[in-house]
Amino acid sequence: MTNSSSTPAIRFNQVSRYFGEVKAVDQVDLEVHDGEFFAMLGPSGSGKTTCLRMIAGFDRPTNGEIYLYGQDVSNLPPYERSVNTVFQDYALFPHMNVGDNIAYGLMIKKVPKAEREKRVDEMLDLVQLKGFASRKPSQLSGGQRQRVALARALINHPKVLLLDEPLGALDLKLRQQMQVELKAIQKRVGITFIFVTHDQEEAITMSDRIAVFNHGKIEQVGSPAEIYERPASTFVAGFVGTSNLVSGEVAKRITGSEQTFSIRPEKIHLGQMEQTITTSMLFVNGIIRDVVYLGLYTRYLVEVDGGIDLVVVEQNLKTTSMDVLAARGQKVKLYWQKDHISYVGA
Amino acid sequence: MHSKKAPLPLTIAAIGTLLFLHVPMLIIFLYTFTPDETTYTFPLPGFTTKWFGVALGRADLWRSLILSLQVATVATIAALILGTLAAAAVYRSNFFGRESISFLLVLPIALPGIVSGIALRTAMGGMDIPFSFWTIVIGHATFCVVVVYNNVLARFRRTSASMIEASMDLGANSFQTFRYVVLPNIATALLAGGMLAFALSFDEVIVTTFTAGQQTTLPIWIFSQLTRPRDRPVTNVVATFVILITFIPIFLAQRISAGASDTEGENK
Repeated sequence: MTNSSSTPAIRFNQVSRYFGEVKAVDQVDLEVHDGEFFAMLGPSGSGKTTCLRMIAGFDRPTNGEIYLYGQDVSNLPPYERSVNTVFQDYALFPHMNVGDNIAYGLMIKKVPKAEREKRVDEMLDLVQLKGFASRKPSQLSGGQRQRVALARALINHPKVLLLDEPLGALDLKLRQQMQVELKAIQKRVGITFIFVTHDQEEAITMSDRIAVFNHGKIEQVGSPAEIYERPASTFVAGFVGTSNLVSGEVAKRITGSEQTFSIRPEKIHLGQMEQTITTSMLFVNGIIRDVVYLGLYTRYLVEVDGGIDLVVVEQNLKTTSMDVLAARGQKVKLYWQKDHISYVGA
Repeated sequence: MHSKKAPLPLTIAAIGTLLFLHVPMLIIFLYTFTPDETTYTFPLPGFTTKWFGVALGRADLWRSLILSLQVATVATIAALILGTLAAAAVYRSNFFGRESISFLLVLPIALPGIVSGIALRTAMGGMDIPFSFWTIVIGHATFCVVVVYNNVLARFRRTSASMIEASMDLGANSFQTFRYVVLPNIATALLAGGMLAFALSFDEVIVTTFTAGQQTTLPIWIFSQLTRPRDRPVTNVVATFVILITFIPIFLAQRISAGASDTEGENK
């Protein structure tokens, strides 16, 4: 709040965490800006949760330093960091009611009871659980427990709020609702949120920026649009959304260079063989091998010259299922904007 | 759930088992009121409550009773502390030989008392430790620790590990975390384990005979009365008293563990 926005909320300087021979986190550099909604995205075992635990203080880096608004916190215990966590299993205290759970941090800090109650009420209001203070966690639904966990963390006004797979245990409907709500709460309190997820869609919908983790390293950091449209590596291209990776001979035939590039299925247009191609376009000819009608859109599998398959997705704006299914076996010309491809490292 | 009535043979078997277990105790209870002080005759030759008075007046009996209560109390306290620490260590950290340690901790309760007894006596003799109140306590603690350990470990395993992290995350240091989160969560397990430990210690004979010096705990006092047929009903009075003293904590311990598992089931 008093921190200047130029100081990063969290800065990793060459942070590593080894478990014996296993490099869970390997020389990671990272900056999370003040007030940001930041996602750490990656498959399980990619090191994202270990990074979160090191920020919280449950784990210490083997090497490197972690800075919280400029202060080196690498070796501080969890209770000496102004960071709070929403746990994946919520970790509510079963022997306390909702009000006492939320007030726990203030009780430890010996905040007077009157103020505690006032702030608990504010928090219950924020997470829309007014009137639930005297319930036990066992009497709440999953979504309500999640809100309590959030309120219990936010009441301490942490500098950074960590969320470990916050929506993982909720069903789809509730998850989508909570995505919107979490985002709104973050805007309202203005605290930096860092959340860990393996769900790329969740990361894209909710965050300002995303760090994509793989094998203990960060593959790419960027806005959801950057990550999606300009994946920096084959891993990112494959993990975030679906992507066509083209390399070698086929790549050379299309772009004139053997360098691997990725092109998203929805960026590719299906055209007749006689379709004219402008200079800002790239194209390749092929045969439609398979058609999957999915209601809103149709997914085509096209075998292109050179022998590889490309996935193409087209919205069913004018076509019906009869039309698209009849397309199987047709010869087509695939074309797309030159600047829609993204060259990726190996 | 089972609305059907149990089949007749099963009912008979159940009643038979209960009678088999409890009739002897009823007999003891019955003969506390006999006026005949040396033999058991049925029906009772009369009815008297004078043995309660006689028992009250026996100083040796009182000394044994107090000693037994003291031993059981100290052994239980030791078991609560050591058992909880052992359970915490085995639950929280993953060190080399953890499973073996867990096994070694549970072993004393499976081992015949006579083996533990002779082993303790030999060890204490070898180290020139004089037999005293404390040697009895140590002997009892070997099996009391186990009950507490088992109860607390089971509770830890049902408790979410992230709860401790959550407490630290919210600003509580280790001591505060223990005080406000760990202790309330294992309290009923401690109570149940502690009462079981107390009951076990209170009526222990075998290990005690090996580790006691001149002291006579209540069970040993009762045992010694067997060879002196006079005042036999006094022994019955004491036995009845022991049954009561043991019954209450075991009954409560069962109620508490049963209640705790019910509520924890709801959490899932």
